[in-house]
Amino acid sequence: MNEFMEAKVDLTWREPKDNYDVVIIGGGGHGLATAYYLATRHGITDVAVIERNYIGSGNSGRNTTVIRANYGLPASVAFYQRSLDLYKGLEEETERWLMHNEMGLFWMTHTETGVRQEKARAHLNTAMGANTYFVTPSEIHQMCPEIDLEGGGRYPVLGASYHPEAATARHDRVNWALAEGAMRLGTTVLQRRTVTGIQTHGDRVTGVQTDRGPIGAGVVVSCVAGQSTLIADMVGLRLPIRSHPLQAFVTNHYRRTFNHIVASVDLATYVSQTARGEMLVGAEIDRQPSYSYQSSFDFLQATAAKASTFLPFLRDLRILRQWGGVCDMSPDSSPIMGETEVAGFYLSTGWGTWGFKAIPAGGEAMAELVATGATPALIEPFRLSRFRDDRILADAGSSGTQ
Amino acid sequence: MAFLLRCPNCGSRTIEEFVYGEIPRVPDSITDENERDLDFAFMRNNPRGWTIERWFHVFGCRRWFTVERHTVTNEVRYRSPKSSSNTS
Repeated sequence: MNEFMEAKVDLTWREPKDNYDVVIIGGGGHGLATAYYLATRHGITDVAVIERNYIGSGNSGRNTTVIRANYGLPASVAFYQRSLDLYKGLEEETERWLMHNEMGLFWMTHTETGVRQEKARAHLNTAMGANTYFVTPSEIHQMCPEIDLEGGGRYPVLGASYHPEAATARHDRVNWALAEGAMRLGTTVLQRRTVTGIQTHGDRVTGVQTDRGPIGAGVVVSCVAGQSTLIADMVGLRLPIRSHPLQAFVTNHYRRTFNHIVASVDLATYVSQTARGEMLVGAEIDRQPSYSYQSSFDFLQATAAKASTFLPFLRDLRILRQWGGVCDMSPDSSPIMGETEVAGFYLSTGWGTWGFKAIPAGGEAMAELVATGATPALIEPFRLSRFRDDRILADAGSSGTQ
Repeated sequence: MAFLLRCPNCGSRTIEEFVYGEIPRVPDSITDENERDLDFAFMRNNPRGWTIERWFHVFGCRRWFTVERHTVTNEVRYRSPKSSSNTS
């Protein structure tokens, strides 16, 4: 029996209604998590999640599944640590095996400046409650002998910040577990339905228009990835978002257990092993803004070269498949969550290349915002108006993809 | 997706040789000067479809040029240098 046979998903499908208290656009991790926490924490189940394709078909099913909290700003560390903690308890809570596996993350650097930066990261993370410490090359070698400290002669490893609580989980299972939990309690999930417009009355949202008729709603939450600009256009909202493709690839089965996530800050490349034994390699975003899901040989060539400089055993493996997704990149590489100028229209966007790790905390915070109408303190710094207030959260160095 | 760009000076090269340059277009509907500055600095049109943009040939002639590109298919239309100056 394989993973997919055994993981039968127990989803409760419901007939669509004309009107809901809450409509969530986007049936990915963040949309489903918002529905899940609305149902489980706040008892709000008159909720419809509208998904253009099938649930988890977008970036929630395309990412490299790294869960970590080693960010570079106090607000970010606190937020992602909350998410990391929620992930730890998510298997028990949803009673589903999410293949959550704590691995430990090497965030390596090849420059003197980078060494100072990683030491600073370790201090900041410790101060904000995340577990990160600096490790020297000899310590790296003891913990993970597969890493080539010479970096292929070109990129010597000068140190790393080590984040022992970093983990991976199976992304599909996270989506399914959240969908199951929400749908069991009464949430409706509508697949293969595209939102084509958002209805407003005055400056208040009243519902959404879809390709199969209108749906009324008191609150509309956009949890869309890749196409957020198109959704915001529907209510005349300007977003600081640009869509960039991000690609990744996996190799064939590596016979040994590689229980680490290895990332190079300077090469913007990260490697981990999936539950099936494949080595999963991700790297930086494509530089041109684009809505294209097509993957490229250029990426494969450049990334394979970079990854095999610090993990030489990758040279013996073969590349099995490659794919791409479209990411909402914000100008400061931090997410955008919370209220907008349009009453009743909430946004969870700007998840760029860091969305998967934030699914539980993002969903929990958005659910609290929808249920209480007040922005939780945890996500208040990530508000859309931070650009107007000159309170941007510039943290591109922690994304690992830029 | 990788694609080729035709630099007016150097010819067809892979996209990796170029640096992207956005042409910010603040909508006319925004009239307040401060609001226009905010929009110029942070907000993005991020069009899905044809868009006019600048590219810098950083690993080549190090000159800017203007093309029209489709952001879904990455198809590129080239413009003559004279007509490109008054399109933004």
